[in-house]
Amino acid sequence: MLEIKNLTVQVGERRVLNDVSMSVPSGATCVLFGPNGSGKSTLLSTIMGLGSYKVVEGQIILDGTDITYMPIHERAQLGIGLMSQRPPNLVGVQLRTMLKVTGHGKVDPAKLAGTLGMERFLERDVNVGFSGGEIKRSELLQLAAQNPCIYLLDEPESGVDLQSIEKVGTMIHELITGGIACAGKREREGKSALIITHTGQILDYIEADRGYVMCDGTMYCSGNPRELLREIRTKGYEECIQCRLVKMN
Amino acid sequence: MSASEDELKKRAESALEKQAKLGEDFDLSKYDEGARDIPQSSSLNELSDDVQETLLRCGVVPSEAGRVGSMVVLDNSVVASTQTGKGFELMDTRDALKKYSWLKDYSWKAVEVDADKYTATTYLNDSPGYFIRAMPGHKVKMPIQTCLMVGRERTAQTIHNVIIVEEGASLEVVTGCTTKPGVEKAIHMGISEFYVKKGGSLTFTMIHNWAEQVGVRPRTGIIVEEGGSFVNNYVILKKVRSVQTYPTARLVGKGAVGHFNTVAVAQPGAVLDLGSRVVLSAPETKAEIISRSITTGGEVINRGRLVGEAPDIKAHLECRGLILGNKGVNIAIPELEARVPDVEMTHEASLGKIARDQVEYIMSRGLAEDEAVGMIVRGFLEVGIRNIPEELKAEIDATIAQSDLAPG
Repeated sequence: MLEIKNLTVQVGERRVLNDVSMSVPSGATCVLFGPNGSGKSTLLSTIMGLGSYKVVEGQIILDGTDITYMPIHERAQLGIGLMSQRPPNLVGVQLRTMLKVTGHGKVDPAKLAGTLGMERFLERDVNVGFSGGEIKRSELLQLAAQNPCIYLLDEPESGVDLQSIEKVGTMIHELITGGIACAGKREREGKSALIITHTGQILDYIEADRGYVMCDGTMYCSGNPRELLREIRTKGYEECIQCRLVKMN
Repeated sequence: MSASEDELKKRAESALEKQAKLGEDFDLSKYDEGARDIPQSSSLNELSDDVQETLLRCGVVPSEAGRVGSMVVLDNSVVASTQTGKGFELMDTRDALKKYSWLKDYSWKAVEVDADKYTATTYLNDSPGYFIRAMPGHKVKMPIQTCLMVGRERTAQTIHNVIIVEEGASLEVVTGCTTKPGVEKAIHMGISEFYVKKGGSLTFTMIHNWAEQVGVRPRTGIIVEEGGSFVNNYVILKKVRSVQTYPTARLVGKGAVGHFNTVAVAQPGAVLDLGSRVVLSAPETKAEIISRSITTGGEVINRGRLVGEAPDIKAHLECRGLILGNKGVNIAIPELEARVPDVEMTHEASLGKIARDQVEYIMSRGLAEDEAVGMIVRGFLEVGIRNIPEELKAEIDATIAQSDLAPG
């Protein structure tokens, strides 16, 4: 169970997240909607501990452990796995090496890469010259090697062409569910996910349990993810802002 | 003494006090001439244990497995010279000069005898070194290994090497340059002249592994004829006082190719002044200079110069440096010179620290910060040695892994 409690985050003097609270129960898949620049990626980066994001208030708790100020690698070792939207190029570090170290030598990089048709990328430097879809597939392979208990996925469908999206979507489904179709059993297995999606396209491949809407660094709303998506598609985020204003008044 | 030898001697004598244009000036009178009387062994395995251990640390295999020939020069004595493969000759340059009168047309033709006091001293010293000649059309399948080792304190080692790759032949040479444990202060002067004939190919890899107070002054000239190919790999990761080198390859035949790859780490107290120069003087020649350098507290200067003198040439220079810690200096000096209009010459240079987002990215896969930095540093250097033979790469990787640079 991942819990975010009253999280306020600054970059320099600028406040980028305001009093954000949410939770991702074990075995649950949550999706996070929101317009560009609303703080969705900042939230995921803050959970992972990346960058110059400074937590000024609140807590991040994973399975009862306060990880708010924990070093990045310890969060990863506790079971957080992040798929970044635009990961950096690692010149001179081959994907094979990355998969080996991420999997602590226990995964077979060639076999793993085969699942996403990425065999010929094993000798390539991580992310260097990769297309949008190749970056996503490479990230998924690394996550598969890492085997976290909660997946943080930042717009897994962005930049992926129509042919690849099915591969990416199916792989995400398998990673999260472990190939298990029964939601009850999945909950007992404990894999959970927090997924940022712009288009909602990823919902064609995975079942989401809960949706959140974020605007201006603030969590506006939560509810049934498909209903939220339908509302956003028809009315846009402007409606969420209006709705929030009404609630506040 | 022939007229030409007489002239060389005169020129050398006139240059005995001539300081080099670059680098710290060493007073050679403070060093003793390298010993010439160390007995020769019939194989590398018969060399003393400390010599064998020293060989291993600079990429030279005492068992000679995977090598077709070996030569070890300790101070100024050839202490082992073996050959198991065919299609080439390997001997002391002094013996080769006695055996082949035509060799005078190559000796001291790619490097000027009066370039500075180091070339002059090496000439006047009747210096040992390796002469390797790949016979016409022969593709020598495995590398020849050589080692230039300083075995005694305050030694001035002088070396003269000549490699000739005859028409259509190919050859790979790995040279380790090093000091025996316990030797702190010494100077190494190594003159190397390489000739790659029409359609020939030479891959030359040099691994330097010196000690804290050693001065190193290699002087190298390479001539590549039509359709020939020359690849130079230079690796220096360990402590040293001062290295100043600026090998020059001249691509004199149509379509000749020259590559220089350099991987260097300047440890605290070291000054590495490393250059590579390629003169493209025939049409359709190609050259590439790639360097990757890191300072952990020392000073590293990366010079690269590409000179385009003929039409339809292509040349690229890529020079990247990392600064680890707060004390080091990293200087990149890329130069392009075109003397005709139809050339394509480019360069890229960059200096900086390790990008934080890369470190965090690797950490987010569960690796501690020092392990993440290690991976990035290894990757950074890896690019500089990408064309190096696999087995050698493994040795270099091991060296990097053992160094303080790349924990984990």
